[in-house]
Amino acid sequence: MAIKLFREALREALIEEMDRDERVFLMGEDIGRYQGSFRVTEGLFQKYGPQRVWDTPISEPGFIAIAIGAAIEGLRPVVEVMTWSFAFLAMDQIVNHAAKILYKSGGACPVPLVIRGPAGPGRQLAAQHSHSFELWMAHAPGLKVVLPSTPADAKGLLKTAIRDNNPVMFIEHPQLYLTRGEVPEDEYTIPLGVADIKRQGRDVSVITYSRGVLVAQQAAERLQQEGIEVEIIDLRTLVPCDWDTVFNSIRKTHRAIALHDDWRYAGFGAEIAAQVQEHAFDWLDAPVLRVAGADVPMPYNKHLERAAYPQVEDVITAVKQVLA
Amino acid sequence: MSAKTRTKKAATISKEEREELLEMYRQMVLIRHFEQHCDKAYRQDKIGGYLHLYIGEEAVAVGFISQLQPQDRVLGHYRDHGYVLALGSDPRKVMAELYGKVTGLCRGKSGSMHFYDKAHNFLGGYAIVGGVIGIATGVAFAQKYENTGGITLCFFGDGAMNAGLLHECLNMAGLWKLPVVYIVENNKYAMGTPVELHSAVTNLAHRASVYGFPSVQIDGMDVLKVREAAREIIAHVRTHQEPYFVEAITYRYVGHGAADITDPGSYRTREEIEEWRKRDPIATLHRYLIENGICTKEELEAIDQQAQRVVEEAARFADESPDPPLEELWQHVFMD
Repeated sequence: MAIKLFREALREALIEEMDRDERVFLMGEDIGRYQGSFRVTEGLFQKYGPQRVWDTPISEPGFIAIAIGAAIEGLRPVVEVMTWSFAFLAMDQIVNHAAKILYKSGGACPVPLVIRGPAGPGRQLAAQHSHSFELWMAHAPGLKVVLPSTPADAKGLLKTAIRDNNPVMFIEHPQLYLTRGEVPEDEYTIPLGVADIKRQGRDVSVITYSRGVLVAQQAAERLQQEGIEVEIIDLRTLVPCDWDTVFNSIRKTHRAIALHDDWRYAGFGAEIAAQVQEHAFDWLDAPVLRVAGADVPMPYNKHLERAAYPQVEDVITAVKQVLA
Repeated sequence: MSAKTRTKKAATISKEEREELLEMYRQMVLIRHFEQHCDKAYRQDKIGGYLHLYIGEEAVAVGFISQLQPQDRVLGHYRDHGYVLALGSDPRKVMAELYGKVTGLCRGKSGSMHFYDKAHNFLGGYAIVGGVIGIATGVAFAQKYENTGGITLCFFGDGAMNAGLLHECLNMAGLWKLPVVYIVENNKYAMGTPVELHSAVTNLAHRASVYGFPSVQIDGMDVLKVREAAREIIAHVRTHQEPYFVEAITYRYVGHGAADITDPGSYRTREEIEEWRKRDPIATLHRYLIENGICTKEELEAIDQQAQRVVEEAARFADESPDPPLEELWQHVFMD
């Protein structure tokens, strides 16, 4: 297996799916000639030309609506949002239209659409570029929600997302774009709705996704030196969600922590805690804890920003708390 | 009009033209009777939710849709009964949808405001004001991308002129030369707010004229004028591969919605409605057909009665159809 950057793995998925199916096209702000803010689409305009790679005006509601319309007519658009914060301009399109068209047509009108792009803190981008909105997407029935943590997962999940017949919200963490990992040489896909146990452990289950997996891994390394074995469940997709893997892990460890960068209050960690108490209560030896983003708009100052989203030491503290 | 002219015109009309005129008459009468039944059924609680009737505006849908080809598409806003009936959807399925039955166009899941009938090229009614403009622009994008030769008709009301989405999409349609006809049905009111109070420029065709493609204002009460304009506009869009904007001046005789209890009297007068009724599209075509000796009153009366029978049969079918089973609640959230 070759070692690749996260963003290279994403680009490979785009190339393979564009080569496989001419109905797949890319659309977004500055993804073509400029080659993408985070260079995920680097070289694709040169490779495929303006018929497959569409630079749009700065009109998120407009071009996301156009992508939905193209999807119901049979194309398979992959839309890049420069950050998910900007996708909020198009929430009506995503929630009122993309998510509901199949249902309100009585199953007759699928919307095979991918919206992908970065969301998350850590680059001092402050209040209007840093937040992660997976919970908002996961809350609307009809949307699938994917948040990969490794280059290999990113590639396999994006390929599946493009082939899926539903709107898939594909959320990439900006701190992951330049991470590296092994990516299989041969063609592969990863199904949506299958969690991955990124680390086996007997003492506590950390249920997380996206950048949270990397934070949990660093915490686990340090905790191992103290004899504490952390199990890391990478959900990979929030909708559909592989709850069985979560519950099975808790049956083994009896303790659980939900970890994500998104805001804590009514975040996905609350859903994890609720699911666990509904379905695995009898196996729990301690309350489920949440380690999540501070409920504030992201501050600019470096030190304040670092304090506003989960760090390795926060996970270590929480693990010790559930084991106490 | 003299007897001489009448004979002359009747003599020059082709069989196909006569059939097309009678078909437009049949469609408008069908929509009128269908909508009148819906109004009644709504008061009997057979139809729920919001119900927006197309009475008075029939010529716009019928005139435009008469000029379509099989590869073309139509999308509309929530006042969408007229579009599917003009496209040839089975009136029984349309009525069953309004009654919420599993035999309806969308298995009882859409109701009045979100019809969908792909077999008849209707890709959706959209109940967020302006929403259809984005989706329809995307359908036209796909037609161009796949080079199908098709064009898209996008119907919406004057209230949608103030949605930011409209201006974003008109810009992209102009930029990318998409084969879409935007048709604003200017019925003078966004719900109860007159166009003079919601649009800084009341000539809506003018307001939409800055995006690099043609725009025009037409009389939406006369189906012959609508058809004539539609023929030229659709041919232009198909040939030149660029959008077109049409402001069809029209009028709804009934309230914004069937539940509207303040109309007339609050935002408009009964006299105003009566003035517009003098331009009724069905009466206008009726007069044209008789005065030009194209057909007899008896033939038109027979068309009227046939339309009433179709609506009665649709209502009977809807009444007798079953509700969706409860397990239907969980179906169609996702596609496998």
